[in-house]
Amino acid sequence: MSTATASVAGGRPTRVRRPASRHTLTKGSALGLGVNMIWFSLLVLIPLTAVVWTAGEDGFGTFTDALTNKQTFNALKLTVLSSLGVTAVNIVMGTIIAWVLVRDRFPGKKLIDLVIDIPFAMPTIVAGLVLLSLYGAESPLGLEWNNTRKAVFLALAFVTVPFVVRTVQPVLEEMDTDVEDAAASLGASRATTFRRIVLPTLAPAIFAGATLSFARAISEYGSLVLLSGNLPNRTEVASVRVYSSIEGGNPQSAAAVATILLLIALVAIVVFDLIQRRLARRG
Amino acid sequence: MASSQSTVVGVGSPALKWVLRLLVVGYLFFLVGWPSALIVRRTFEGGTQAFTDALGDPDVTHALQLSATIALFAVVINLLFGVGMSLLLVRYEFPGKRVLSALIDLPLAVSPIVVGLALILVYNPRYGWFGQTLDAHGIQVIFAKPGMIMATTFVALPLVIREVVPVLEDMGNDQEQAANSLGANAWQTFWRITLPGIKWAVVYGVVLSMARSLGEFGAVKVVAGNISGETTTAPVLVQQKYQNFEQQTAYAVSFMLVAAAVVCLIIVALLRPKDEKKGGATATAALKKENP
Repeated sequence: MSTATASVAGGRPTRVRRPASRHTLTKGSALGLGVNMIWFSLLVLIPLTAVVWTAGEDGFGTFTDALTNKQTFNALKLTVLSSLGVTAVNIVMGTIIAWVLVRDRFPGKKLIDLVIDIPFAMPTIVAGLVLLSLYGAESPLGLEWNNTRKAVFLALAFVTVPFVVRTVQPVLEEMDTDVEDAAASLGASRATTFRRIVLPTLAPAIFAGATLSFARAISEYGSLVLLSGNLPNRTEVASVRVYSSIEGGNPQSAAAVATILLLIALVAIVVFDLIQRRLARRG
Repeated sequence: MASSQSTVVGVGSPALKWVLRLLVVGYLFFLVGWPSALIVRRTFEGGTQAFTDALGDPDVTHALQLSATIALFAVVINLLFGVGMSLLLVRYEFPGKRVLSALIDLPLAVSPIVVGLALILVYNPRYGWFGQTLDAHGIQVIFAKPGMIMATTFVALPLVIREVVPVLEDMGNDQEQAANSLGANAWQTFWRITLPGIKWAVVYGVVLSMARSLGEFGAVKVVAGNISGETTTAPVLVQQKYQNFEQQTAYAVSFMLVAAAVVCLIIVALLRPKDEKKGGATATAALKKENP
């Protein structure tokens, strides 16, 4: 009964997705919200708070210790630089792949569509195994990139393949080619059309995908375990560093590195959003 | 006429077209296609022998069972939580809603290792915030199944919600209001109106969660500790077997894990009605178009 009154109160004639049409909480839904929030807090909010809390318990000392530790610093540096590199590759390759999938037509296109989803369906540890087969010791190409920084880059590129493609693809599908035709008929070159018309439209999707792929890359662990060898100062990434601190019975320094990782992810989200807004405005 | 012209503009010159095609095919072939094909070939090098051997190994069967159990629990929890949370986020107004909706995506940006660390800091029996009390009551979370289920639930948490929310928004609540005004109670409205509308989004979210849960490695490894055998899940076993030079077994278990995920995805692709394909994606795109 109470739901009915709430909906009648909100049900005005021109109600197309306006907040007013939504119900305020009823008794039942308030209970539901409470239960959901308790679970969400117990599972996500309180544990993540515990990480930041544990790291900051003794002031900034834990952070300076973590950052002045050469091995930790190198791990963070490698993680951030490779993630940035992989994200740049994804921005370019992901957009091109989406472009080819939407605008081009050739036999075998379906297969490409399928291949892109493989990294999503694959457990991360298996991703490492898979890459070892071509780039490891028994490589048919004789590459033997395992235990090198190239392997770190490869693993990150592998697990982040779908992000930009899958965010750009639907936007490209929805996009009208009329505007491009108009630009072309008015004498704009292909490059200009792409830069002034296509890119600004795609920018939000590209950077949404880039943000996801960066966040995924800096936090990657599973695919690197077998592939990168986790050599201190050479191929050890931040997640591996956190793991060895936990195993070594030093949760506080693990929490410090984890907090730094969370901060980097946060900064990245803000920066990518700013770039995206700037690009989108250029249209 | 207009359409043929637009494809010309859309694709670019033939030379550029070929360069782009080659670039895409080459990149995906070397990064994903070839390595994946190689691993499948190596798995089946001795026919199905690797599988017979693997399934005869009690460690393997135990790990597979454990992974399946944990994934099942995690998926059910995320299904209930996900649908409930989506309804609350889309259909109701309450203070802090925007913050909550942003926080829901948080697990996607957190490293699996950090997820494990976070749970350990709270539920560890020795120094955990709640862990000590729970331990005093004989409840063990870390180094046991509850912790592993929590870790798996954590990493897969946003998947159902991300699929369901756009569809719920797209659907609007006209029909629900109609049902209400005709005297249906909240429960009837949910079963008869809301659920059929979001059915495919829920199924897709569940399948994605299933795939993610079966394969979770880092977070589970941290909370499971090194208690040999008892808490070893299938992905962790893959690592152990590979490092023990039992590569064929590692390949066989990997293949089974990937096959399970792929079968789930294929079933959904087949079940899903044609016009609702990519429901989530197009719905979001449509929404973006509607109010940019």
